[in-house]
Amino acid sequence: MAKRLDLKDVDIYYGDFHAVAGVNLSVAPRSVTSFIGPSGCGKSTVLRTLNRMHEEIPGARVDGEVLLDGEDIYDRGADAVAVRRTIGMVFQRPNPFPTMSIRDNVVAGLKLAGVRDKKKLDEVCEASLRGANLWKEVSGRLDKPGGGLSGGQQQRLCIARAIAVAPDVLLMDEPCSALDPISTLAIEDLIADLKKDYTIVIVTHNMQQAARVSDQTAFFNLEATGKPGKLVEIDDTEKIFSNPKEQATEDYISGRFG
Amino acid sequence: MTERTTEQAPSRSSQDETSAAGSATIDTVTAPDPARERSQGSPIRGRGERIFRGLTSGSGLLVVAAVAAIGLFLLVQAVPSLLANNANFFTSPVFDTRDAANLNFGIRDLLVVTLLSSLFALLIAMPVAMGIALFLTQYTPRRISRPFAYIIDLLAAVPSIIYGLWGIAVLAPALLPIAEWLQGNLGWFFLFAPGNLPVLTGTIFTGGVVLAVMILPIITAVTREVFSQTPRFHIEAAQALGATRWEVIRMAVLPYGRSGYIAGSMLGLGRALGETIAVLIVIRAATTPSNFSLFDGGYTFASLIASAASEFSQPLPTGAYIAAGLVLFVLTFVVNAIARVVAGGKVNG
Repeated sequence: MAKRLDLKDVDIYYGDFHAVAGVNLSVAPRSVTSFIGPSGCGKSTVLRTLNRMHEEIPGARVDGEVLLDGEDIYDRGADAVAVRRTIGMVFQRPNPFPTMSIRDNVVAGLKLAGVRDKKKLDEVCEASLRGANLWKEVSGRLDKPGGGLSGGQQQRLCIARAIAVAPDVLLMDEPCSALDPISTLAIEDLIADLKKDYTIVIVTHNMQQAARVSDQTAFFNLEATGKPGKLVEIDDTEKIFSNPKEQATEDYISGRFG
Repeated sequence: MTERTTEQAPSRSSQDETSAAGSATIDTVTAPDPARERSQGSPIRGRGERIFRGLTSGSGLLVVAAVAAIGLFLLVQAVPSLLANNANFFTSPVFDTRDAANLNFGIRDLLVVTLLSSLFALLIAMPVAMGIALFLTQYTPRRISRPFAYIIDLLAAVPSIIYGLWGIAVLAPALLPIAEWLQGNLGWFFLFAPGNLPVLTGTIFTGGVVLAVMILPIITAVTREVFSQTPRFHIEAAQALGATRWEVIRMAVLPYGRSGYIAGSMLGLGRALGETIAVLIVIRAATTPSNFSLFDGGYTFASLIASAASEFSQPLPTGAYIAAGLVLFVLTFVVNAIARVVAGGKVNG
């Protein structure tokens, strides 16, 4: 549980297009790292390479090393499906399986892993929903379809689904951008709780959110359209927002840019 | 009732808006009587709106009217013959209309042959169509799946008569060993029991396989379409949990495409039920009643009517065939209704 992530000279391509160049960064276990930057700078792309979702796009590939506690997830012996079972992901748009019940949604990952014991599944279901601060709201209707919940509840259901398999790392791709402020607050509180057990990487367009939830912030930028995105700076969140080393970071967070 | 009022309310308010906008522009130029404007709406826009609405609802009603008219025609033509019928229409296996004064006709065997051949065809075509659709949408890159899909669609363009010729000349002998094996080993089961034909070619079994090939393109086309529209974020949800290709299909693609797949299959079944010339050529006529076996021969509704079409001169015998046509007409409605129930009444739910 809660493993460390290191990226070494990671280059990401979509076919011939060089999307992101030369990323080096480290994420400590039990911490929250946020990726910020203007649209198209490649922050979501970097996030999607961390659980090998990137390669589902035809022609996409990755160079360099992505180390999970020292083991390269792109190693020849590593299996993308196995990697995704240990690195969970929450998406921008809440995406529960619409025809599955709330319970089946939460334990979907466990069932894929071959867990059939009903008692165990029920236990994990309750623990995960409690962990996602959703148990009180749905405990009476676990057999109802997950598509019937509100947007914020659906997103917490997706978080419950992601943590049910006890992942080593939890990735979040703009998890609040489709939610109202109250639901956003609920998710942010949840991230603060989850930090105790999980390594979390979150992409956000909301700089206040990055400042509120993360320990470490990475700023991505691209020099011009058509050029690859780059990691400009990564540091403690406090430093990035008060005294960044790079002028580009300063410009971005103070709103003079992007 | 309540539905109607809520539906009308917004359309009326939008009409008011257009009339208000219309009168505002016209006022400055010609200044017509404002009271008249208000009561009739803007003359041009209001009329265009009404004409368009009339056209659209007219087209809608036309479909309903056409279906009702066909049903009514069949009923009116069939009733005199049904009244003159000496056999039980539903349970008699005989269809004898040679003597207009002594009609003996029943649909039992027509129904059995029609349903057996069509359902057998569906049983073969459904899994194959799903396999092709999954292969094309989930397992092959677009540049390969395009021409492949085109070939499948081409199957739909082959004329029925060609299928009929192919079925009796090529497929029937080729299927003979399979038919012999089935009857030899599973003959105790009524579907594979000896039928009412002296041979094992040109049976419902053969006809069903031909029909399966004929309805494959339509089922595949519909299924491929719905599978390819599975939302990206449903697929990603499964992938991110560590689902394999097949598990992604099971968790995201199949639940999303299920109702479309059933709808497509029912379109195929509808085609199989009404298929005429290929069935007429492939399935041999039988002299004894059906044994409910796949190795029976006989006529379907459509093939019987087609075979007798040249002798439609007297109204009463003709009416007997029209009665059979009416049953086929109703049967397709029943199939559609069942499909709706199975699909859960809503698409992609």
